[in-house]
Amino acid sequence: MSLLEIRGLRVTYGRGPSAVPAVRGVDLTLAAGTTLGIAGESGCGKSTLALALLRLLPSSARLAGTVLLDGEDVLGMRWGRLRTVRWAGASIVFQGAMHSLNAVHRIGDQIAEPLLVHRRETAAGARRRAAELLEQVGLPASRAGAYPHELSGGQRQRVMIAMALACAPRLIVADEPTTALDVMIQAQILRLIERLVAEQGIGLVLISHDLAVLADTCDRLAVMYAGRVVEEGPARTVYDAAAHPYGRALSAAFPRVGDPASRRAPRGLPGDPPDPAALPDGCTFHPRCPVALAGCAEEDQPLRAAGPGAHLAACVHVAGAPVDGPAGGRP
Amino acid sequence: MTGAYAEGAAGPRKTEASGPLLAATGLRVTFPGRRGGPEVRAVDGVELAIGTGEIVALVGESGCGKSTLARALLGLLTPSAGSVAFAGEPLAYRARALRAYRRRVQLVLQDPSGSLNPRHTVYDAVAEGLRVHGVPGGRDERTAVARALARAGLRPPERFFGRYPHELSGGQRQRVVIAGALVLEPELIVADEPVASLDASVRGEILALLLRLRDELGLAALVVTHDLGLAWNIADRVAVMYLGRIVETGTVEEVLSAPRHPYTRALLSVLPGGGAEPVVLTGEPPDPARVPDGCRFHVRCPVLASGEAERAGVADACRTRDPAVLPAHGRDAACHWAAAAGREPDGRDGG
Amino acid sequence: MTAPDGPAPSSGRGATPSSGRGAAPDPEPPSTAHGAAPAPAAPWTPWTRRRRSAARFWRRYRAHRAGLCGLAVLLVIALVALAAPLLVGDGARSVTDAPGTALEEPSGRFPLGTDQFGRPVLGLLVWGARVSLTVGLLAAALSVAIGTLIGVAAGHFGGWFATVVMRITDWFLVMPTLVLAIVLATVLSRSVWTVILAIGVTVWPTTARLVRAQTIAVESRPYIERARALGGGHLHVMRRHVLPNVLPLVLSQTTLCVSSAILTEATLAFLGLGDPTVVSWGGMLQDAREAGAVSSGHWWYLAPPGIAVAVVALAFTLCGRALESVLNPRLGVGR
Repeated sequence: MSLLEIRGLRVTYGRGPSAVPAVRGVDLTLAAGTTLGIAGESGCGKSTLALALLRLLPSSARLAGTVLLDGEDVLGMRWGRLRTVRWAGASIVFQGAMHSLNAVHRIGDQIAEPLLVHRRETAAGARRRAAELLEQVGLPASRAGAYPHELSGGQRQRVMIAMALACAPRLIVADEPTTALDVMIQAQILRLIERLVAEQGIGLVLISHDLAVLADTCDRLAVMYAGRVVEEGPARTVYDAAAHPYGRALSAAFPRVGDPASRRAPRGLPGDPPDPAALPDGCTFHPRCPVALAGCAEEDQPLRAAGPGAHLAACVHVAGAPVDGPAGGRP
Repeated sequence: MTGAYAEGAAGPRKTEASGPLLAATGLRVTFPGRRGGPEVRAVDGVELAIGTGEIVALVGESGCGKSTLARALLGLLTPSAGSVAFAGEPLAYRARALRAYRRRVQLVLQDPSGSLNPRHTVYDAVAEGLRVHGVPGGRDERTAVARALARAGLRPPERFFGRYPHELSGGQRQRVVIAGALVLEPELIVADEPVASLDASVRGEILALLLRLRDELGLAALVVTHDLGLAWNIADRVAVMYLGRIVETGTVEEVLSAPRHPYTRALLSVLPGGGAEPVVLTGEPPDPARVPDGCRFHVRCPVLASGEAERAGVADACRTRDPAVLPAHGRDAACHWAAAAGREPDGRDGG
Repeated sequence: MTAPDGPAPSSGRGATPSSGRGAAPDPEPPSTAHGAAPAPAAPWTPWTRRRRSAARFWRRYRAHRAGLCGLAVLLVIALVALAAPLLVGDGARSVTDAPGTALEEPSGRFPLGTDQFGRPVLGLLVWGARVSLTVGLLAAALSVAIGTLIGVAAGHFGGWFATVVMRITDWFLVMPTLVLAIVLATVLSRSVWTVILAIGVTVWPTTARLVRAQTIAVESRPYIERARALGGGHLHVMRRHVLPNVLPLVLSQTTLCVSSAILTEATLAFLGLGDPTVVSWGGMLQDAREAGAVSSGHWWYLAPPGIAVAVVALAFTLCGRALESVLNPRLGVGR
């Protein structure tokens, strides 16, 4: 059984005629000890998806579908059980590490807090575990007495990861964990995450706008556009040989240094991501698509098999048979 | 450029014969230290030149002084030593001279949402430069604003006149900022992380716009970025900056295809999607208030740590001797080990 | 909590399609050179924009019931004060030909009774509203003008200039406002203008501090740096960028200032430092005290001016709070 299974997940903000769909039917699976990357531009619904996994959305959001964590439906859970799951089963790492840390508490205490509350550990035990966690994320245990403002951006992001690890969760959802960081610090953090996933058998959902980062770090990669997954497959395949025109455009937007094709030829995609409140008819990508056919404006495409390793893409140019539901998480 | 022509005769190199458009010589910018601490050497001796119609990328981690250098070049900060010269004329820091200078050199900032006043319409934001420089309003102003918007890719421009920044997408906002710079018909644009806060697909569009402006208008640009991929995308030359000093410089092909400085190598190796084994430097970028003795990179240098510098016989120099400041032109790296290894002694730009 | 990157249903955007109904007259002749592209959106002119933003402002202000009440009260009082000569006539103020006898109880003829000279209290109240509102508004305007000027200058220039200016501000801030006003009102000649001046030059430090803080916040925004890089000088930055951004704050501050100015005016008049030839609410209270209204139970002489001061001050405060939350949503002032 896979660790995480998302089936037909829909998230809508608001009600009635002004309701705005943010996630429009997403099917994804994740096995323990593997990493799933979710890529997409701002407004594509990837952060909403991340929050929906732990039901952290504002009350104006309505959810439909199923999110199975170890076979248990998160969306149907009672409140008390959900709280336990949020600490012990799955945790989330946000982008802005400065704002997610409490400025007036020492970081050691902040890491120890869930241990004291949820695991009923003794103060000494919690402190020891906090020191351990800091070492695990590559910070000296002596930094436990520091306040968040005394740390650099990269160090704060490490603290956030230590906090996420505190109750030994089975799943970590990381939403743009390295976006505000420099390349060198980003590389440090990504290596740390990779190591933790491999050592502890954690399942990781890594969300980023940076396809190149995801291709390096993840096993599988899903590209979202306008609230749907338009391409999914083995990470390197999606990055190097995307089947969906949007996947191709996104991949080409990150230059490969040394590749003569991208020298003095920055490539983007004309137009802006669609407004979720007014999505185009048919395939939502057709107004920006360089290879759109006449029929694309009327008919939306399901995910189709696009290649080996359960590579799927929702494009009329992909010849494979339409796929229903999640197509086996593992390559 | 005719004014600079006579002076050009003194320059031995071809690139200087026509005179660089913008040149920094021995530039230093220091800030007083916090609470009586040592002074912060944000820019610590920089030679940099940008030719007419040339795109130069200034690359480095945050805190390396690249943004401070950009602001010093714009005259927004007064350097504590050294000088900035534009078209051969040293920059004067009097209000009137600076105002005239700022008609010819424009700034584009990272965050397009922040660099537009939320209470100004697109028209006002673009026309601001004209008004500052006392260009008469009316029909001419309208024409100029429309032309600038169209050049920045916002067509038809009239449709954007009355919009407010919050009604535009991130890419459109950055185009408005660029239009605001173009309206004064500058010769050089200094862009500080122009695409860092934009979506991937929009990013390429904005970079393509900068390239097109260079091709069509001969607009030179200094692009400040932490992204080597961006340099590969649009720049002609690249200068890698570390802790207030330029540590490697050359054409983009030279520096990015065959990096010499261990820092440049490390930066290149951690680029995502590269596939090569990354050389992850440990620790945070050091503090410009405490620049290490010797080579400023030696405390993080993987070459020194692995003992390779020892084998080349330069380990002592790395720890004690500060490499010389790199000249503004040519291909060079401020590294004892690279100098000792002397790989491919390619002449410095015909020197 | 971090906001989801999904759609944030904005209330403003939904309303735009209907915004063309204004059909404002176009003050600028349509440019023939750019006659192309008659955009589907309403033609852009500064006036349609301004009208639209005024409408938007009113929609948001309307949502604050307390602010609406305050505004209604103020409008009524202002109308009454303006129409005083028509409503009650000049005779009401005259000591010599007062229509009633001294200290009459409220009756059909004099709804609020009479004072010790036989003048109708209601008439005095209406005349007093003029002075109270004039002094309140002018003094508030004066103090906010001083405060804004000093605050913007100190915030913009910084350095030793700001240090010196803000030390002076602090000095004024710790000075008891009333004592300073009393001194000023004593030294200068007795008139309404003296009172305005005395209040104006004593209550500005709060505004100055507030405006300085806001100026510093605005100055750290990238668009200020952009304006400087465009070549904009100090005046340009202050006028085009800082001032428009501190104005909402200044506006709500003014409204709040008015109520304290009215209270101070009443206090000064009550202490006998106002212009004795002018009827004001504070002056009425002082007259009532001198006439022994407190001890002899002439409540109709004492209560109305007191209540009037409280009501006007409250109304201005309510308006100010509502303005604050409309113009500065981040303050999170409740309704």
